[in-house]
Amino acid sequence: MATAQTRTLARIMMAPSVIVLLIWMIVPLVMTLWFSFQNYSLINPMMTGFAGWANYLYVIGDPSFTQSLVNTLILVGGVLLITVIGGTFLALLLDQPIWGQGILRIIVISPFFVMPPVAALIWKNGFMHPGYGMLGHLWKFFGLQPVDWFNQYPLFSVIVIVAWQWLPFATLILLTALQSLSEEQREAAEMDGANAINRFRYIILPHMARSITIVILIQTIFLLGIFAEIRVTTGGGPGYASTNIAFLVFRTGILSNDIGAGSAGGVVAVILANIVAFFLMRAVGKNLDA
Amino acid sequence: MKLTPILVGAFTLALAASASAQTLTIATVNNGDMIRMQGLSSAFTEATGIELNWVVLEENTLRQNVTTDIATNGGQYDVMTIGTYEVPIWAKQGWLVPLDALTNDADYAVDDLLPPIRDGLSVDGKLYAAPFYGESSFIMYRTDLMEKAGLEMPEAPTWEFIGQAARAMTDRANDINGICLRGKAGWGENMAFLTAMSNSFGARWFDENWKPQFDSEQWKSTLHTYLSLMADAGPAGASSNGFNENLTLFQQGKCGMWIDATVAASFVTNPDDSTVADKVGFALAPDNGLGKRGNWLWAWSLAIPKGSQQQDAAAQFIKWATDKAYLEMVAAQDGWANVPPGTRISLYENAEYKAAAPFADMTLGSIYAADPTHPTVDPVPYVGVQFVAIPEFAGIATNVGQLFSAALAGQMSADDALAQAQEATLRDMTRAGYIK
Repeated sequence: MATAQTRTLARIMMAPSVIVLLIWMIVPLVMTLWFSFQNYSLINPMMTGFAGWANYLYVIGDPSFTQSLVNTLILVGGVLLITVIGGTFLALLLDQPIWGQGILRIIVISPFFVMPPVAALIWKNGFMHPGYGMLGHLWKFFGLQPVDWFNQYPLFSVIVIVAWQWLPFATLILLTALQSLSEEQREAAEMDGANAINRFRYIILPHMARSITIVILIQTIFLLGIFAEIRVTTGGGPGYASTNIAFLVFRTGILSNDIGAGSAGGVVAVILANIVAFFLMRAVGKNLDA
Repeated sequence: MKLTPILVGAFTLALAASASAQTLTIATVNNGDMIRMQGLSSAFTEATGIELNWVVLEENTLRQNVTTDIATNGGQYDVMTIGTYEVPIWAKQGWLVPLDALTNDADYAVDDLLPPIRDGLSVDGKLYAAPFYGESSFIMYRTDLMEKAGLEMPEAPTWEFIGQAARAMTDRANDINGICLRGKAGWGENMAFLTAMSNSFGARWFDENWKPQFDSEQWKSTLHTYLSLMADAGPAGASSNGFNENLTLFQQGKCGMWIDATVAASFVTNPDDSTVADKVGFALAPDNGLGKRGNWLWAWSLAIPKGSQQQDAAAQFIKWATDKAYLEMVAAQDGWANVPPGTRISLYENAEYKAAAPFADMTLGSIYAADPTHPTVDPVPYVGVQFVAIPEFAGIATNVGQLFSAALAGQMSADDALAQAQEATLRDMTRAGYIK
């Protein structure tokens, strides 16, 4: 039981780091807010002064704004679908007592250690390039015309790459959940005559629900801001086919050097991410309270 | 006092040390000619005692870095490698130091610089950057395939002939594409090519009131010609191809023709890298008989940002890297064919160079055929052949490049791409204050 003195001491000792962290978070946020109401272009010194809502109207009025919103949701949804289902499946497999289990687990987890731009480059040039990618050669081997993935199926290609990176995370969390399931419970169900599907549906899945929620929550936060994979592979295109909100902000702020509009885009992205997080917490976060 | 001489000595030593420790930071692009310059730069350090700190970056990263640094007056670099797009804009904004030290130096022979290149790097008659190498664009073609198709390439072909030849040379079964052109989105990628091409179709980016012209018949005709040519005779996945991808395809013998930078000539005729080195011919970029050809003009150049604290030393370095003696140094080490091309008149009068570089005359002809001050058939309010020298262009053209790349990938129709390009450009130009 902490006394009032120890609590005070803890507060004092923690204060510096809390203050630094707050500054770290608040300063960029306040600066972004400030710039979003300014006329500020890096390359045009004539653009100065208070902009009112002009930057926001400009970003929201961007012809690709709606599409980038939809793309963001498809990206998050697609990757979640693949990683949660695939992760559950892999976790079930990895939980089986098989030879070389340790090495297999490391192999499955290894994509998580690859930096996103590197992963994207490997997928782009090593696998999916129609000319010298492995898939192109495979297609040619069977006498088919190689698929130009990034131009014909840009969003799908990005989803595949990102899902490949996040699958190990989901697998790892779900495997840990699976391993915490008591053996007796499974055996009891088995003795009661429950088949594999029923055991999965009524025992394993409910047991994993909380972990699945965590996977969805954590991944959603990161997936809303996918950037490196898009930058390296499709550059947001063709057209706006793979432009998400993060890439739109980058295009406005950095490629066009329009810091004002870029900041406005950043603020819009933060607001949208919070809305998504709010609904997500309400919809699936209830599991965490149980 | 015994201490005095020691103190004086120490002070002198410190001064000498600080003088010899002068270091210039140079930002440059990671292409072959610049890497060679970096390798040779120890000669400059030996001669002057000035150390060099190199920051070598990929083209797009370099642009972002130097733009941010100069716009915020960061002062990170003493010498920047920039192109003909940036020079006039930055000079007008007072971000660059005029190179008076070079223009006033008889030894530097500023009049020896090729006039179109020199004009592109000058504002109000003052030189703001010195060209390291210059380029235009032209047609590189396979003489054997042209012969096989029963055609003969004129020195100055029309687009009609190019279309006919590209379709005749295409042999999909043997993986030979009649023509390889840039399709990768970017203002310096597909838009450099398409803007130059559009000039020969009589199109322009803006009319004299800065109104975008993508709804014009000329742009429609440009894009339709490009798309149908690429559909009939272009390589698969062309919308991902930029300069480097097409270079590889051509070197592997997969392109009948390739319209791109003149600087590529030495790469496609180098037997170490190119399987078709002895079968390459050159011709001027095509036209439509309207008085403009579809070739561009570009020079990678060295400039001094206003924020540099070592402007004199920076000017010394720029002189070293861009004067005649540098060309002779490269020639002595790597042969005349490898000297940076397209900057000096004297190079094109040098018999040794002309013997080593069969593409020299065509390169010079192409450079002279591009006029940045009158780039289009109809009058325009801007300077620049394959770009519009306004600060907003890079952002706007990157966006338009995406749309045209999508049309090439079959994700949208040519008319949709043009309509969206018109809408987006109009919006951006209004925001930037060009259109009231």
